[in-house]
Amino acid sequence: MDYAIDIRDMTVAYREKPVLWDVDLQVPPGVLLAIVGPNGAGKTTLIKASLGLVKAAAGSVLIHGRPYAEQRSTVAYVPQRGSVDWDFPTNVLDVVTMGLYGQLGWFKRPGKAERVAALKSLAQVGMEEFAARQISQLSGGQQQRVFLARALVQDARVYFMDEPFQGVDATTERAIVDLLQGLRKQGKTVAVVHHDLQTVPEYFDHVMLLNVRRIASGPVEEEFTEENLRTTYGGRVAFVSALSAAKK
Amino acid sequence: MEWITDLFTDYTLRTVALGSALLGITAGSLGGFALLRRQSLLGDAISHAALPGIAIAFLLTGSKAPLVLIIGAAVAGWSGAALITTVTTRTRIKYDSALGVMLSVFFGFGLVLLTFIQRQPNSNQAGLDSFLFGQAAALVERDVLVIFAIGAAVLLLMTLFWKEFKILSFDSDFLGTLGFPVRRLDHLLTTLFVIAIVIGLQTVGVVLMSAMIIAPGAAARQWTDRLGRMIVLSGFIGAVAGVGGAVASSMIPSLPTGPTIVLIVSCIVFFSLLFAPNRGLVFRRIREWKAGKMLRVDAVLVDLYTLASQHSSAEHPHSERVLDVMSTISGPARRTLVLLKDLELARQIDSTHWSLTPSGVSRAESVIERQFGVAS
Repeated sequence: MDYAIDIRDMTVAYREKPVLWDVDLQVPPGVLLAIVGPNGAGKTTLIKASLGLVKAAAGSVLIHGRPYAEQRSTVAYVPQRGSVDWDFPTNVLDVVTMGLYGQLGWFKRPGKAERVAALKSLAQVGMEEFAARQISQLSGGQQQRVFLARALVQDARVYFMDEPFQGVDATTERAIVDLLQGLRKQGKTVAVVHHDLQTVPEYFDHVMLLNVRRIASGPVEEEFTEENLRTTYGGRVAFVSALSAAKK
Repeated sequence: MEWITDLFTDYTLRTVALGSALLGITAGSLGGFALLRRQSLLGDAISHAALPGIAIAFLLTGSKAPLVLIIGAAVAGWSGAALITTVTTRTRIKYDSALGVMLSVFFGFGLVLLTFIQRQPNSNQAGLDSFLFGQAAALVERDVLVIFAIGAAVLLLMTLFWKEFKILSFDSDFLGTLGFPVRRLDHLLTTLFVIAIVIGLQTVGVVLMSAMIIAPGAAARQWTDRLGRMIVLSGFIGAVAGVGGAVASSMIPSLPTGPTIVLIVSCIVFFSLLFAPNRGLVFRRIREWKAGKMLRVDAVLVDLYTLASQHSSAEHPHSERVLDVMSTISGPARRTLVLLKDLELARQIDSTHWSLTPSGVSRAESVIERQFGVAS
C-alpha cells in the first residue's frame, strides 16, 4: 500500500543523548493524525527531522512513495507559533505570500496572482480583513491562523503542523479543527503535534504515541488505549486514568 | 554654511563625503538585516576580528592598496564569524561568550601585529594604525572607487536575493521546507555583511564600526513596519551619519572620524526612540493618555446609565456626588462629565445634576454590550 507519510528508522541524537530512537511511522492518505507524547518526547524533532530541518543520525522519509527531497513541493509545514519573531517588519498578506516563494523559485518577486492566492487562503481561515495588518498586532489565535493560511496557499498533499492549537481560544480551536477536517475530506493527509489528550478521539482519526520511541500508531479506536497511554506517559498514571474515565 | 559649497567644489571634502556616504548606505542596509536576525553584535566581533587580517595582508604583500587590505580584513572577519558559529554549535560555550572571546582574541592578535609592524625600519607602514579609530581625511579617489564597486555589488546581491533573505530572517526553517538551501543563503548573507563592514574600516575604524551596523537599523525600525522601507531608511541614516562624521572630522584636524560618526548616529537613534510616530515613547505615552481618558468617559457613561436604569427613563438625571462615589478609582467625575457634555453624550440639568442624552444612552448600551457581551 502507498502511504502518504512513510518514516523508517528515524533516529536523532543531540550530543550523545537520543531524542528519537528508531522511530517508524506509516500514515495512509486522507488521514488526520495526532502525534502525542509527554514534553521532551521528540514530537517536534520528529517533524523537523522528517523535513530535513534537523540532522538525523539515521532514517528515511517517503511521501506518497517517493523520497521527501523529490516531494518537497507537495508538503507544507506549520511551525510552532513561538518559533518566529512576530515583531518582524511585515504584514499578514506578506507572510502568507511566503508560502508561494518555493513555487516562484529564485529571484522572482510575488505579483498579483500570488496576492490573489494569498488573499484566498486568508479568507479560508477567516482573516481576509487582516491582510494589511502588521503582524505584531495579531493575537495568538490570529498568528496561528496566519501560519495556517501560509500552509494552505502551498496547496500541498501532506501537512505537518506543530501545535496549531497552542494558546488559541475555544472558538479559534473549533475553526482550526473544521479546517483540518476539511483538508482530510479533500483527501489530504495532516499530521499534527497535539497536547490535549482529551480531544484526540473527537478531532483525529489516527494517533501516534511517542516517547523517544514509537509506542503505538494507528486508528484512534485501536491504539488510543489506557495501556498505551500509560506506557507513553510513564508515572503519571493518575492523570492517564482520569483521562480514560473521561473518555467513557 | 561654507561647507555646503565646499562639499561640491573642494576635491578632498567631496571624496571624503562620497566615500562615507557609500559605506554608510552599505553598512546601514546590511545592518538592518543583522538587526532583524539578532546578529548586531556579530558585526562588532567581525569588525574587531578584521584587524589581524589587515596586518597580515600588509605583512604578506607590503602593500597598502585598499583592495589588498580589504581582502585581508574580509578573510579574517569571515573566519572570526565562522569560528563563533563553530564554537557555539560544537561546544557547550554559549553564543555571547563565544562572541566575546573571539572578539578579544582576534583584536588582541591584531594589536600585537600592528605593534610589530610599527617597529619595522621600513617607513611604508605609517597609517596602518588609523584602522583603529578610522581616518576619513585619508580617503582618496582610489579608495572611494573601491568602496563604490564593492558596495554596489553587495547591494545588488542583497536586492537580487531579497525575498530569500526576507524569509531567512523571519523564519529560516520554513525557508528550508520550501527547498531553498538555507545554509548557503545564510553564508551568503553573512559574507555580504562581512564585506559591508570591512569596506568601512579605513574610514570608521574597527573599534566603532559596529555603530554603523547596529544604529541605523535600530533607528529605521522605529519609523516603519515594512522591511523594504526599513532597509532603505537604514541605508539613508547610515549615509547621513557617515557623511556628517567624515566631513566634520576632515575639516577639524583633531576630530577622530569613528567617534564623531557614532555621536551623530546615536543622536538619530535617540530621536527615533523618542519621536517615531508608532513606536516612539512620546507618542505612545500620548496614546495611552488618550485611551485612559476614553476609558474614564465610558466608565462614567456606564455609571450614569446604570443609575438611570433604576428609573423609568434612561435619561433620568443624577447628582455628581453619586458619580464621584461610584468612580472611586478614576477620581472626581466632574472633569469627565464636562468632557461628556462636549461630546454631547450627557447634559447638565442644574449645577450638580447630570443626565444622559439619547446618543449617550446608545453609546452606554454599546459599551456594556462590548464589555459584557449582552445589552442590559
